[in-house]
Amino acid sequence: MKVFHFTEQAYPEAWENHGGSLRVVLPNAKCDPQIAADRFHRYYDEWKLADELGFDIMMNEHHSTATCLSSTVVVTLSVLARETKRARLLVLGYPIGHRPDPLRVAEELSTIDVISRGRLEMGFVKGVPYEIPVANTNPVFLMDRFWEAHDFIIKAMTTHDGPFNWEGEHFHYRHVNIWPRPWQQPHPPVWSTTSSRSNARVLGERGYVIATLGSGYNTRALYDAYREGWASKGRTAPPPPDRFAYLALVAIARTEAEARRRAELVAGYPRTSSIVAPPFRNPPGFLSAMDNAQLLRGKTPARSFTKDGRVIAMASASVQELIDAAIMFCGTPDQVYAQIVDFTTHCGGLGNLLMMGQAGNLNHADTVDSLTLFAREVLPRLKELKQPAPEATAA
Amino acid sequence: MTNPARRIRMQRAEGERGVSLDGVSERVIAGVRIELIERGQGRPLLFLHPGIGIDAAAPVLARLAQSARVIAPSHPGFGRSELPRAMTTVDDLAYFYLDVMEALDLRGATLVGVSFGGWIAAEIAVKTTERLSHLVLADALGIKVGGRESRDIADIFAMTEAQFIEHAYHDPAAAKRNYAEMPEADVLAVARNRESLARFGWSPYMHDPKLPGRLHRIRIPTLVLWGASDRIAAPDYGRAYAAAIPGARFEPIEGAGHFPHLEQPDAFARRVLAFAAGQGAAP
Repeated sequence: MKVFHFTEQAYPEAWENHGGSLRVVLPNAKCDPQIAADRFHRYYDEWKLADELGFDIMMNEHHSTATCLSSTVVVTLSVLARETKRARLLVLGYPIGHRPDPLRVAEELSTIDVISRGRLEMGFVKGVPYEIPVANTNPVFLMDRFWEAHDFIIKAMTTHDGPFNWEGEHFHYRHVNIWPRPWQQPHPPVWSTTSSRSNARVLGERGYVIATLGSGYNTRALYDAYREGWASKGRTAPPPPDRFAYLALVAIARTEAEARRRAELVAGYPRTSSIVAPPFRNPPGFLSAMDNAQLLRGKTPARSFTKDGRVIAMASASVQELIDAAIMFCGTPDQVYAQIVDFTTHCGGLGNLLMMGQAGNLNHADTVDSLTLFAREVLPRLKELKQPAPEATAA
Repeated sequence: MTNPARRIRMQRAEGERGVSLDGVSERVIAGVRIELIERGQGRPLLFLHPGIGIDAAAPVLARLAQSARVIAPSHPGFGRSELPRAMTTVDDLAYFYLDVMEALDLRGATLVGVSFGGWIAAEIAVKTTERLSHLVLADALGIKVGGRESRDIADIFAMTEAQFIEHAYHDPAAAKRNYAEMPEADVLAVARNRESLARFGWSPYMHDPKLPGRLHRIRIPTLVLWGASDRIAAPDYGRAYAAAIPGARFEPIEGAGHFPHLEQPDAFARRVLAFAAGQGAAP
C-alpha cells in the first residue's frame, strides 16, 4: 500500500463569524495575505517532510473559500515538483471540466511531469457543486466538457508526430503540438474520484485509478461497480489493489488520549467543509433530474454509514462516529494500523491510502509529530501488507 | 406544474396526434416528441411558457381559449417534452418553433411568450414574422441593457426556492408548493424544467448579446406586458425592451410579479385578446 499525505491547506483564521458560508461569498477581506503566506510555506514544509519520510503526496484546489487556500493546484505542483525528491505527486484533482482551455492543462501537466522526472499522477475531477458559481461553467454540460477535455489532454500528450486538429463540441484547436511532451509513457497515470456506482463502472472500464473520498462503508459497493466495469472490457484478472484509493482523515499519537485530542482538531475539516450558502449546494444539472426529483420530495440518500449500518451526518458527527464510519483512522500506531487493515479487507483490497494527515487547526508541531510517527510505526507495515483477494471477502 | 389527472397518449409517427379530454396531446415535430395543450377555436395563439413550465389547468389558458385557438407546447426539455442532445441554445428553440408553426400551418398567429418563453418569442420574431400577426412579450428575458457590472436579471440560480418566490411573485404566499404531495411525474417535470432552464440560460445569463441589435427587425404590432411587482426583471427593463422594438407598446399589470399570466390571468388574457383583435399601432 502507498500512503499519500494530503492537506486542504485550510485558512482557519476565517472560520469564525462567516455569516453562513465559508465558500463562494465569504469576502476575501477576511484573508490576510501575510497569514496566507505563512500557511502556504508551512504546508509546503510538511509536504517536503512527507517526501523525506517516505510518503507520497496529494494536493488539490478549491475556489473562493477559507477551507482551502489553494485555488490553482498547478502552483502547488510547480513548487513541489522541484522541492521534493522522490514522492509521487498526485493532483486530485484538477477540475478539467471547468477549465476553458484544456490545451493549457496538457502543457502544464506535461511540464510538471518532466520537471519532476516522471512523478506526476493525474487526477481529473468533476469538482464539488460549489465550484460551479465561481467558474460559471454550465453545470448541465459539465461532464460532457469533462470527458471531452480528458480525451483532448490524453490525445495531446500521446501525439508526437506534429500538430493535430480538434474541432469538438466544447473545444476548438487547429494546431495542437505540445512541448514538452510528458516524461511518463504513454502519459502520466489517470485517476478520478466518484461517489456513484455508474461513474465507478466507467472508471473500471477505462482501468483508471478510482478514488473515493470519505465514502466509508459505501466504498465496497463503489469498488465492486469498478470491478464490474473492469471485467466488462474482457480483462480476465481482477483489478490489482493499486487501482483503488481511499481518502480518510488520520489522527495518530503515542497515546490514545493524545490521538483523540488531535482527532478533534482534524475533524475541523468535515465540520467546516459543507458550510456553504444553500443556493450553491446543488446547482441545476449537477445531479440528474431523477435524483433532484427525489430530493424535492424530501428523500435524501444517506451517504455515510458505520460498519454496523448506522447512518451518520459527516458534518456533525462525533470523532467516535467518524472512526466507526471509517472516515477517520485514529489512535495509537497499532490501533491505526488495525483500522486500516480492517477497512482494506472491507474494500477487497486497497492500494492507495490518501491520508489527510493535516486538517483544520492541527498545528505544525502536531502535524510533524503525527507524520513522523506514522512513517516510523505504520507505513513500513502497510508497505508490506498482503492484500486480500476481492473474491475472498464478503461484500 | 402539471395536472395530475392528465394522461398522455404516446404518439411516435411524425405529425400524428392523440388528444386527451383536456386538450393535451403529444406530437412529433421536426423529430422531437413534445407535449402540446390545444384549446378553443378561432385565430391561432401560440403561448410559450416561462422556465417554470405550463400547467394544463392554468386559468389563463381557459380565458385565452374563449376567443382564440390556444396552442401551448412544453419546450423541448421541459415538462414531458423530449430534449435532443444537440439543442443547446434559445436560438435552437426558436428554429424549432418555426418548424412547429409550419407543421401546424399556423397563419396570422398571435405569439405570446412569458419570461423565458418571451425570450424565445423575441428570437423567433427577429428571424421571421411571416406566420405572425401580433407579438406579446410578458416579463420577457433575453436582452442586456445595463453595464457589464450590473445584473439586469436576478440570479435565480443563486437563490433558494423561497427567495425565488419572494422575487418572482406579487403574492409569494400563494406560490408555495408542497412537492411531497405532488405526483412523482410532476415533481420530475419541475426538476427537468430547472435543469433545462440552466441548459439554455446559464451563460450569458438569460440573454443573447446579439438579440438587442436584431429587435429592429420585428415589424408586427408588439405589446410588452410587465408585472408591476416583478423583481426578477424590473419594469424598467421591460420599458427598455419595448423601446428597442419599433412601435412596441409597454403596459404594466398591477398585482403581478414576474408571472402575470398566473397572478392576474383575467387581466392578462383580456389585454392579450384585445391587442390581438385590434390592428395595433402601425410600426
